[in-house]
Parts: sequence; structure tokens; C-alpha cells
Amino acid sequence: MKKPIQGPGLDETSILADARKIIAPQIEDRSRRSFLLRGLTLGGVAMLSGCNLTDNDSVETALSSMSRFNDRVQGWLFNPNALAPTYPASMITRPFPFNAFYGIDEAPSVEADSYRLEVTGLVADKRSWRLEELRAMAQTEQITRHICVEGWSAIGRWGGVRFSDFLRRIGADTDARYVGFKCADDYYTSIDMATALHAQTLLALTYDGAVLPREYGFPMKLRMPTKLGYKNPKHIQAIFVSNTYSGGYWEDQGYNWFGGS
Amino acid sequence: MSQQPTVSTHPRWLRLTHWLNALAVLVMVTSGWRIYNASPLYDFSFPASITLGGWLGGALQWHFAVMWLLAFNGLIYLLVNLFSGRLSRRFFPLSPKGVGHDLLAAFRGKLGHADLRQYNQVQRLAYLFVMLDIALLVVSGLVLWKSVQFPLLRELLGGYETARHVHFIAMALLLGFVAVHLVMVALVPKTLVAMLFGHKEPL
Repeated sequence: MKKPIQGPGLDETSILADARKIIAPQIEDRSRRSFLLRGLTLGGVAMLSGCNLTDNDSVETALSSMSRFNDRVQGWLFNPNALAPTYPASMITRPFPFNAFYGIDEAPSVEADSYRLEVTGLVADKRSWRLEELRAMAQTEQITRHICVEGWSAIGRWGGVRFSDFLRRIGADTDARYVGFKCADDYYTSIDMATALHAQTLLALTYDGAVLPREYGFPMKLRMPTKLGYKNPKHIQAIFVSNTYSGGYWEDQGYNWFGGS
Repeated sequence: MSQQPTVSTHPRWLRLTHWLNALAVLVMVTSGWRIYNASPLYDFSFPASITLGGWLGGALQWHFAVMWLLAFNGLIYLLVNLFSGRLSRRFFPLSPKGVGHDLLAAFRGKLGHADLRQYNQVQRLAYLFVMLDIALLVVSGLVLWKSVQFPLLRELLGGYETARHVHFIAMALLLGFVAVHLVMVALVPKTLVAMLFGHKEPL
């Protein structure tokens, strides 16, 4: 899919410089991480059994399988009828923080007129959606707490289409396991069907009563007060229903997949 | 000559749960610091070199893996204590007066540890405190992990943001306990031997 991203005077050198800026801290982080893991393997193994060292892959594997186990526990804990608390408008966090894996200036600009939401996978109706069509559906609103995996939280006001309405409208197989998202900022993630059908899961088209601004995910984001921030994709371009696990941008690097709150 | 009956002051289940708890606390605290650093609640960060996980995602993996050890090991410890009668036998009676008396004696250097069967009242208070403190860490941790799924706990702790402070302060208090605990162990090293290899006293 071609991304309608507009940028001011792009040239090779500035793109390269930007790419280096983005990648460098990740490389540093990853190597620091493996160094520490190796250190801990040493200590941990010595402490537990006093026998030979194992490679740090086994620690990573053990931690990943614990994370998968926690996915299952969270799926089991998830109460489809439990609603996240809602708040009065006076408690909205202003300004609502911008947060992404890139700076606010790099947030993609999506062209409203040419925008089409792609729908694929286990759905009866695979035609693409225009923004006006989504705006013509029944709209709902919520003032809820957004909790970031980093620990901070902020209260915001989102409006849009209840996602379960949308899934039924496109004839999605609601017995399927996953709903996945691909975004204009190259972000991607996937969620469990139970959360997709939750009453507070919104295909958000507005923020605080106005059209969802670019920095918060124009033209739409998935808003789920039952999940952590990184599970709420912005600038959604494609939605797919599937029984195949497809992970996510952060999830593939080690964040917990279910990411529930 | 008949052998004198003895009693184990540090039975195997106690030693096992103690060291598993120590390991769990070490991992939870150091990974917790790394998570804290991602969005510091107060005006400081922890030096990255003393944290565990390398980055936020790694720290979260450690934290959410070892939380099961902390919670279930702690639960087993509490249940065995409760149903064996050890809790009421070794931690009670407890009174402010008794604590004051023993504390004063300790500062005068007149509080003996000859009999490992007996906890003095300061010890009783400290150990009961750390049990409650870890319970509070688990409960506030549950609120941070699943604030929507545990609405009652969330409201009890005053909401998500308050639970962050509670979780942090309970961690700091736990560290305070550990510091005093380690000093006491250094002063009375035979308790470390007892906790490692067991210890028997005449009945």
C-alpha cells in the first residue's frame, strides 16, 4: 500500500541522518540488554545450581514463554463486561501527551480525500472504507484513562465508531482469534477478539470533540481503555481478521502481546 | 542415655521460602527500578547499571515473570505459618510496650540472641511488617497491572496513579527492612548459618 506521506524537501542526507538518529539508541539498548542478560544468567545459574553456564538465549526463551503464559492469564482474567472507569471533562489531561517511537514532527500526514481503510481476512465484506462512511455510522464518546507501558497515565476524550459495530458491519468472523492493524507510520499490532468486541473499544475519529489531529493518529486510531497505550494503533490504514498470530511492532521486541490493563 | 528431643528453629520449608523470597525480591526490585526509570514518578532515576532487564521491555519481562514466584512463594509461606501455628507462636504476643522495652535493650546492647527459638518483640514487629509490606506490594502491583480488571482493589488503593505511589513507597520500605535485616545478620552471623543449613535447639 502506498503511503501518502508528505514531507518538506526530503533529501538523502537528511533521511540518512534521521534514520541513524532513530536506530542508534535501539542498537545501544539491545546490546546493553544482552550484556545484562548474560550477567544475570551467570549469577542466576551460579546461585541456583552452581553448574555450567547456559547461553543467554535460554533466559530469553524462558522470559518469552512466561510472557506468553501471561497472555493466557490476561485473556482469562479479561472480563468482557467490566468497563474501564470514565471521568468528567474537567479531569481531561491538558495538553494530552504525544507519544510514539518517533518525534511529533515525524507523525505521518494522511490525505483525507484519498484515504481508504482496507479490510481483509476473515470478513464477509472486503470493500475499502472512506472516512465519510465511517463518520456516517453511529458515533459514541468516552473520557477514559490512557495508561502507558512506561507507567504514566493521562485522561483523554475520544469519539468514534464502536469497533464491535464496525466488525459486525463488515461481517467479521467474531469467532476468529485476532484482529490486526497496519498503520501509516509503519506501526502494526494485533489484539484478541474479546477486547475487539468490548463495549469501550472505539475506532476513534475525534479527539476532544474535534477531528482526530495528526499527532493523535489522524484519520483514526483504535482506542481501548482496557489495554496499554502501545496496543492502541494510530493512523490505521488496514484492518485484518485472522486466526494467525501476527504480533506487533513493540510486541516483537519483547513487550507483552496482550498488554491489558 | 536417652537423646534429648530437639526442635528445628529453621525448618526446611522456612529456609526454602526465605531464599526464594530473597531471590524474587532482588529481581522484582532491580527490574522495577528499570521500569520506574521509563517514566520517573519522582525527581530522580536509578542508575541504569544497578537495574535489571537492559531496557523497559526486558525489565517488564523479568518483573512479570518473577511476580508469580514472589506472590505464590509468599502465599505458601503465609499459609504454612498460619496453619502450623508458627505465626501465633512466634510472632505474638506483641505490644507497643514490649517493642519499646526490647528496642531500648537492643540499643544498650543488652538484647541477647542466645535462643533462636524466640523472636524478641522488635523482630516480631519487623517480620510482621515485612509480610504486610510485601502483601501491599503484590496488591498495588495487581492494580498497576490490571487496574480495569480489579476495580475493587483499584478503588481501595485510591486509583491507578495513587497505586503507583503506594507501590513505590512499599518498595522503599521493603529496602529499609532489608538494610536493617542485613545489619542484624552481620551482627549475629549464626542466624545466617541457621537460615542456610538449619538449626536445632533442645526442646
